[in-house]
Amino acid sequence: MTESLLSIDDFSVVYDVEPPVAAVKNVTLDIRRGEIVGLAGESGSGKTTLAYGVQRLLKPPAVITSGSVVFHDESGDDFDINSLDVEQMRRFRWDKISMVFQGAMNALNPVSTIGAQLEDVFIVHRPAMSRAERRAAVIELLEIVKVGAQRRRSYPHELSGGMRQRVMIAMALALRPQLMVMDEPTTALDVLVQREILRQISQLRHEFGFSVIFITHDLPLLLEISDRIAIMREGEIVELGTAEEIWFQPRHDYTRDLLRSFPRLTGEKGVVVR
Amino acid sequence: MTTLEFSHVTKIYNVRGSGQLKALDDVSFTLRSHQTIGLVGQSGSGKSTIAKILTQLEVPTHGEVRLDGAPIPRRGAGLRSYRQKLRMVFQDPFASLNPSHTIRHHIERPLRLDHVVGRQDVDAEVRRLLERVRLEPDAVMERRPHELSGGQRQRVAIARALASRPALLVADEPVSMLDVSIRLGVLNLLADLQREEGLGVLYITHDLATARHFSDEIIVLNQGRVVERGPADDVILRPRDPYTRELRAASPDPEEFFRNRTTQTSGGAR
Repeated sequence: MTESLLSIDDFSVVYDVEPPVAAVKNVTLDIRRGEIVGLAGESGSGKTTLAYGVQRLLKPPAVITSGSVVFHDESGDDFDINSLDVEQMRRFRWDKISMVFQGAMNALNPVSTIGAQLEDVFIVHRPAMSRAERRAAVIELLEIVKVGAQRRRSYPHELSGGMRQRVMIAMALALRPQLMVMDEPTTALDVLVQREILRQISQLRHEFGFSVIFITHDLPLLLEISDRIAIMREGEIVELGTAEEIWFQPRHDYTRDLLRSFPRLTGEKGVVVR
Repeated sequence: MTTLEFSHVTKIYNVRGSGQLKALDDVSFTLRSHQTIGLVGQSGSGKSTIAKILTQLEVPTHGEVRLDGAPIPRRGAGLRSYRQKLRMVFQDPFASLNPSHTIRHHIERPLRLDHVVGRQDVDAEVRRLLERVRLEPDAVMERRPHELSGGQRQRVAIARALASRPALLVADEPVSMLDVSIRLGVLNLLADLQREEGLGVLYITHDLATARHFSDEIIVLNQGRVVERGPADDVILRPRDPYTRELRAASPDPEEFFRNRTTQTSGGAR
């Protein structure tokens, strides 16, 4: 668990508009192999910019102004993500680090079947696979995330929100990446479906051993699923600790504010004043 | 004192190809001024069908809705006057405001349409309403929705709902699209307004934690049926129905989570 997978060092991103906006400021964070790291913060705190930035998924006017991101591959090789060329980067993405985007309804192609979209991943990244191998892989993936193989001929609109999010997870899992970045993966879902998806993420993590960067503004949820939590505010990580440390001994005032800001299901703190 | 009776309502939709769908099955409740009812349940439980019937966007298949003892008129001035007494706040403040109109326009419309105040007093009333929802009138009146944050937009939607001086408010997931850190502020605002204006509020949500703290009474819906109802703390802290228990177990609850997690060393969903 202590072996490092991704080393983010002094990483900064600026949106080069007038006046320039420093979205991520000198962030240093180590993601260990197999752990779930939660990134918490309000809209505009830089959590999504950071997660996209370490995969070089940002577009202008975003500019990475400092820092390095090094991926320690299981083969023993180190990849400095900032120095990969376009072709290396294309191979790297999804193979080593994959993403589950917010709002599965918008992330899937509405005019293509689930099976075809999953197959696309293999066509692009595993060109040597035969058609039969691809089909078998798609069926296996749909079974792993409990959507069921028979759904491969379904279009996204024929599936519920929870099913679509599972398909997104299957897609992210396809190449057995070592890191999955999940951006608000359950925010649009109701509590029962959310809980099932979280269980599944946890289970798959144990089974396949990947690490997760889990982005959400839902701190109660993050406290339950994360090994460690980074609290972000105005582009900086103001506090980093295990879920227990954040819950029992928050050190930063802002963390305490965040913890106070949500009504507790069974406790008395953070209540609506009535 | 206004009393809304939702009485033995059943709503059946005809679904092409797969027959009939019973969205609501014999649902009854009474909403009065000065009272907040939380309506909870998962997607597809019938929460939004209730909101649609209350606003007369849908008509019950069986049963009826009565306001102060009288049935709801289907059209014309009677329906307009009913809708003046019952207003809605929608989930998505990005979609419920018109992007091409100013904030002033949004608040003015109901004031003019419902003749709430005389023409010469409209401006002062718009200001009063914006102040009511803790917005600075001069800072927001001439702006358009995209220039405001999500929380500010939802405050505008609340001010608009209050413009007609309704007795009842239906709030369908009014904070679920907002950042966790500002949800409490908007809920506290709604709670203040509810108390000060004596509103009857139907708070529709799948978030048990806010439902508990915000409501007097909670009604739990599952597949169109009321499975449990009672005082908020009773329903959430001591649920009797298996479905309510399931909802409660699925909701994030760090307090209980860390209480139970004594010797575990790594994370993981329960």
